Amino acid sequence: MSSTNATHPELSTIFNKDEARVDWHDETLWWIRQKRDKAAWTIPEWEQLRETASAIKNNVLSNLQDYLLEFEKNATANGVIVHWAADGKEHNEIVHSILREHNVSQIVKSKSMLTEECGLNDYLAQNNIDVVDTDLGERIVQLANEHPSHIVLPCIHWKKEEIGELFHQHLNTPKGNADPQFLAGAARIHLREKFLTRRIAITGVNFAVAETGEFVVSTNEGNADMGAHLADVHIACMGIEKIIPQRKHLSVFLRLLARSATGQPITTYSSHFKRPNTNQEMHIVLVDNGRTVQLGRESFRNSLKCIRCAACFNTCPVYRRSGGHSYHTAIAGPIGAILAPNLDMKKNADLPFASTLCGSCSNVCPVKIDIHNQLYLWRQEITKEGYSPKLKTAAMKVMAATLSKPTLFNVGGKAARWVIKYLPFMVNNRLNPWYKQRDLPAPPKLSFTEWYKKNRK
Amino acid sequence: MNSRDKILAAVKANQPALQQLPVLEGIDAIQYEDNFLQFKTVLTTIGGQLVEVTNTNEIIEYVKYNFSAHKNYVTTLPNLGEIKMLDEHLDPHLLENIEVAIINALFGVAENGSVWLTGIEMKIRALPFICQHLAVVLQRKDLVSNMHQAYALIGVNDYDFGVFIAGPSKTADIEQSLVLGAHGPKTMTVFVMN
Repeated sequence: MSSTNATHPELSTIFNKDEARVDWHDETLWWIRQKRDKAAWTIPEWEQLRETASAIKNNVLSNLQDYLLEFEKNATANGVIVHWAADGKEHNEIVHSILREHNVSQIVKSKSMLTEECGLNDYLAQNNIDVVDTDLGERIVQLANEHPSHIVLPCIHWKKEEIGELFHQHLNTPKGNADPQFLAGAARIHLREKFLTRRIAITGVNFAVAETGEFVVSTNEGNADMGAHLADVHIACMGIEKIIPQRKHLSVFLRLLARSATGQPITTYSSHFKRPNTNQEMHIVLVDNGRTVQLGRESFRNSLKCIRCAACFNTCPVYRRSGGHSYHTAIAGPIGAILAPNLDMKKNADLPFASTLCGSCSNVCPVKIDIHNQLYLWRQEITKEGYSPKLKTAAMKVMAATLSKPTLFNVGGKAARWVIKYLPFMVNNRLNPWYKQRDLPAPPKLSFTEWYKKNRK
Repeated sequence: MNSRDKILAAVKANQPALQQLPVLEGIDAIQYEDNFLQFKTVLTTIGGQLVEVTNTNEIIEYVKYNFSAHKNYVTTLPNLGEIKMLDEHLDPHLLENIEVAIINALFGVAENGSVWLTGIEMKIRALPFICQHLAVVLQRKDLVSNMHQAYALIGVNDYDFGVFIAGPSKTADIEQSLVLGAHGPKTMTVFVMN
């Protein structure tokens, strides 16, 4: 996705240059995490719901072939055209071929993380197709020539004054106006014109029901519906893991999704598309792009249960303080860090290390993915393959040697306490990455062993 | 082998041993003593309005009094007197100047303030999304506590398109400031018929 080869620590360093901004980013996301908690606490059976959602998804992964066949059969019977794409490239080519068939070079698209993952916008731009992202946050990052930094809140890293300036440049709003109500109103007018004139709309898919062949798209803005219902052709793109067995299972997932994401009881719109509108054409593109490989990785297949709520982003102390772009992948955050190495282990070798392994991600996950365990397991895989970060590997070797020899450990500890006390610049300097945005507490006078010997009498 | 067969073969080869599908009946789902009160509280919290009425005349009067006069009102309900019935064969693009659309809702859900409607109630799918203000009519008896009961009501009913709508269209993409009326309706009024 990103053309940069910089790693998470390097990109975080850039983000961390503006400390006030980091604090603001951190606090905003924590506020959303708190809204999630409040929403969850209104539902006494919350944990039962998480357990049920997890069990449904486990069943889906264990019976995915049959569910895919059932979905294909029912969707086709409903008059929907079903396509299969082995990878991102094939997905993009399928979408492009539908546009060509209809002789369309301008389209609208509502939020779809899959199309981000496949790099659809760049591919279509290279083929002279004009794509307008219609989710307000996505439109903002698109106008700024960026990618979303968060899967639910694409421009969470942008300040309103910056959005005001961006809109002044692109939408001719008055300079200096940064009122959210005013700016959203300007975007409404700008995007209504697109909805009314574009003949093909792309949407993502939140859930696809094997039993009925229908699929559900959740939005707050109504942009997926505005696009889909006003277009001649609706193309819905989904990863193969988005299947659920029966319609009634939507009850479990719709109760969890918005509460986990933003603390809302449900999104404004939960649209169930079953048959194309009169005179309309409806397509579904089912995409693999590494998912079948992940399904075969016993330790990591659980990551495919994800419903893209981003609760793990909002709670993650590393995400909140390093920003979504430091993950250099379409899906950032803890879940992105366990999905990305499956797609390209070498390129994404740094991501499973972008975590404190505190486990908060696993605790908020509505489908109970053991995210922090998988982060830990990916580190082992990556180290085994020889892709682990050089500096970290060297430091780990020193650490292992020290911890395995008690004498060395005691001497080392004593020396460190002395150095931190009398020669702090020896460790607190530019060469030691630990000191970036951090300070050490005052060193204790004694080691624990020394203290214990003295005090145990 | 084409991509379809390749994907299906890879899925079959890699999927784990079958795990049982859980039964939803085991979920001890929340039930409210007063579904109406809960529905009203949640709907108001998410930016919607609830108006209690006893007959259709009150709906007509409310709309005339509360939305700008001489504007384009349409309904898909057969009995709203002077409010124009929607021509269901209209090109949906022509609906962009609709000020208020009044549509029947099949039921409401107390836990999240949403109402369920299908293509049959909307007549034109774009209608509840493109209008400036949305109003739905809901019978007070048609309220359930939670989404499990909601899907039990929907059951295996057939529809081409169906949607849960919970309040006006909204966005908080600009610094988390809530703005009502993102792309769709700026307000949503639920007329609850006693």
